[in-house]
Amino acid sequence: MRDKPRVAVFKFASCDGCQLSLLAAEDELLGVAGAVDIVYFPEASRTMLKGPYDIGLVEGSITTHHDAGRIQQVRRQCRTLITIGACATAGGIQALRNWKDVDEFIRVVYATPQYISTLKMSTPIAEHVPVDFELRGCPINKHQLIELIVAMLAGRKPNIPAYSACLECKRRGTVCVVVARGVACLGPVTQAGCGALCPSFDRGCYGCYGPMESPNTGSLTNQLRILGQSDQQISQSFRSYNAWAWQFRKASEECERA
Amino acid sequence: MSRGGKTIRVDYLARVEGEGGLCIKLKGDQVQDVQLKIFEPPRLFEAFLRGRHCSEVPDITARICGICPIAYQMSAVHAIERALGIEIDPAVRLLRRLFYCGEWMESHALHIFMLHAPDFLGYPDAIQMARDHRGTVEQGLRLKKTGNRIVTLMGGREIHPISAAVGGFHKVPSKTGLRTLVEDLKWALDASLATARLVAGFEFPDFEQDYEFVALSHPDEYPFNEGRLVSNRGLNIDAAQYEEHFVEQHVKYSNALHSYLRGRGSYLVGPLARFNLNFSRLPEIAQQAVRDCGLALPCRNPFRSIVVRAVEMVFACHEALRAIAEYEPPAAPRVEIPGRAGVGWAATEAPRGLLYHRYEIDERGIILLAKIVPPTSQNQKRIEDDLRYFVPGLMTRPAEEITLRCEQAVRNYDPCISCATHFLRLKIDRE
Repeated sequence: MRDKPRVAVFKFASCDGCQLSLLAAEDELLGVAGAVDIVYFPEASRTMLKGPYDIGLVEGSITTHHDAGRIQQVRRQCRTLITIGACATAGGIQALRNWKDVDEFIRVVYATPQYISTLKMSTPIAEHVPVDFELRGCPINKHQLIELIVAMLAGRKPNIPAYSACLECKRRGTVCVVVARGVACLGPVTQAGCGALCPSFDRGCYGCYGPMESPNTGSLTNQLRILGQSDQQISQSFRSYNAWAWQFRKASEECERA
Repeated sequence: MSRGGKTIRVDYLARVEGEGGLCIKLKGDQVQDVQLKIFEPPRLFEAFLRGRHCSEVPDITARICGICPIAYQMSAVHAIERALGIEIDPAVRLLRRLFYCGEWMESHALHIFMLHAPDFLGYPDAIQMARDHRGTVEQGLRLKKTGNRIVTLMGGREIHPISAAVGGFHKVPSKTGLRTLVEDLKWALDASLATARLVAGFEFPDFEQDYEFVALSHPDEYPFNEGRLVSNRGLNIDAAQYEEHFVEQHVKYSNALHSYLRGRGSYLVGPLARFNLNFSRLPEIAQQAVRDCGLALPCRNPFRSIVVRAVEMVFACHEALRAIAEYEPPAAPRVEIPGRAGVGWAATEAPRGLLYHRYEIDERGIILLAKIVPPTSQNQKRIEDDLRYFVPGLMTRPAEEITLRCEQAVRNYDPCISCATHFLRLKIDRE
């Protein structure tokens, strides 16, 4: 019998939410654990076996010199490297430092700034090493994670759409909050995956799944202006959990300059 | 870890949320120093919250922690509401208690079954444990799922739910929607009682400390969102006075700030503190569970916190059923944010303990200043103190057992390192 694939879970700067999505898959967890060998998952197990690993799941962004070195080692140990969540795929909310003076940020939080060692920027994993698949979301959707693992095991392409959240609204029959109520919504430029939750809770999408494939951010910016949003407000709405994803970065900087 | 030389070391503490290490310095069998190191990188939330609109704060601060996002949302909305003078609808208050019940159940079940029980039963993790105790692990997963069902129904998803808002909720559930939870919650109530009996039967190290317990206390309720900050040594203050009594200290070896009580030193927040200070506010079914478990008051053995977590799950199931039975939807899901400036404070009870927030807001609703003190940073100094007294009793044991027991002692606190940055590697230096 062929050995089961060895899976490792690594963490960089993050909230732990995405890797805990695996533990939140209560109905599937023991099944997944039966199909693969989870050999390195420090937040769930004391057993930490050495690589190489068949699949590496990476959560979190690179924010320290030490982590910038560690991701190189992780890449060398993983045959397939998958980044999970907005921190790993886009730098996360902590990438808001990228437009500011990080030293000043540290002085705001810490009494003795010289004790803190951090990089000026919070950057996604793909800016440091080649990544085989990026699973978006803040947090990721556990069903997409299971689909991705199953697809990897079967050697097929995962069924994870890159279209916008608008399609999910239409599919679930949510009345458009922009059209019906004039609510600012990033759904038209945001990748599907969450199930278009926010509009179903009577609020606009805040873009936690990051930019869809080829988003028309310019058109959305104009629409948000028509709804009465200031350029500063629009810039800030692109600058949240996926602020450093280049399409959202560009859109936010255009509003800032306008 | 090897005891051949002067150094005993484990590089990475497992089954805690986030990254850190532990360094214990010994001279002979005397403990010279204990340092809990947090190498979780700083994410600087308090800095980048400045300049954001207050309505964004519950969504942003949720991202501090994937295990207890609701705690961050609750402390944030209450502090901002206080700053802006917003009075919430009583139905919203009831819904927030229900929301918190879901998070306590999810977080406590995760910690009891996935993170802490393997220590007591001798497994490296819950998946290995499931090979011999499949029924127990499956019950734990189902309890966790029941908590998550509350959160998902009310907030769209388990992690970083999207419904919490300053002034109330973006959307409130219907009575019929909430009633779909009742059957699962009745099962979970029985399963929590069974869990309390199960974990009460574990073997506990004979270890007690004279703690200063700090928790919220409310005249009529086991605390979630409201109450005064009290301790077993006479502290009794409003959240607004928090910073007069509690001090954060930045130590060189850690990215987390240490909290201590001015003039008194370390203190303990979390289930043990809540339980010891608020036992009389537990419903009769939870009090009976405590008696059935043989848990004496006050409980000063931190290893027994696993039993207290199970008792709190009994409470959370009971409270959730009560909230659902009493619920009438509010007239409006939320109160609009008024255009005024202010300063507001709030402390709420995250699953792992007291979580304090303070915000200064200008008249446009923009955050001028944010301060967040998470439970793990408050417990960090107390964890070090526990180890200082716990380690000497272990010195005759094999090296592997010392390490395991130290890790278990840290896990008593259900430390959430991702939160505290603003946490473990075990290294024992012998002179």
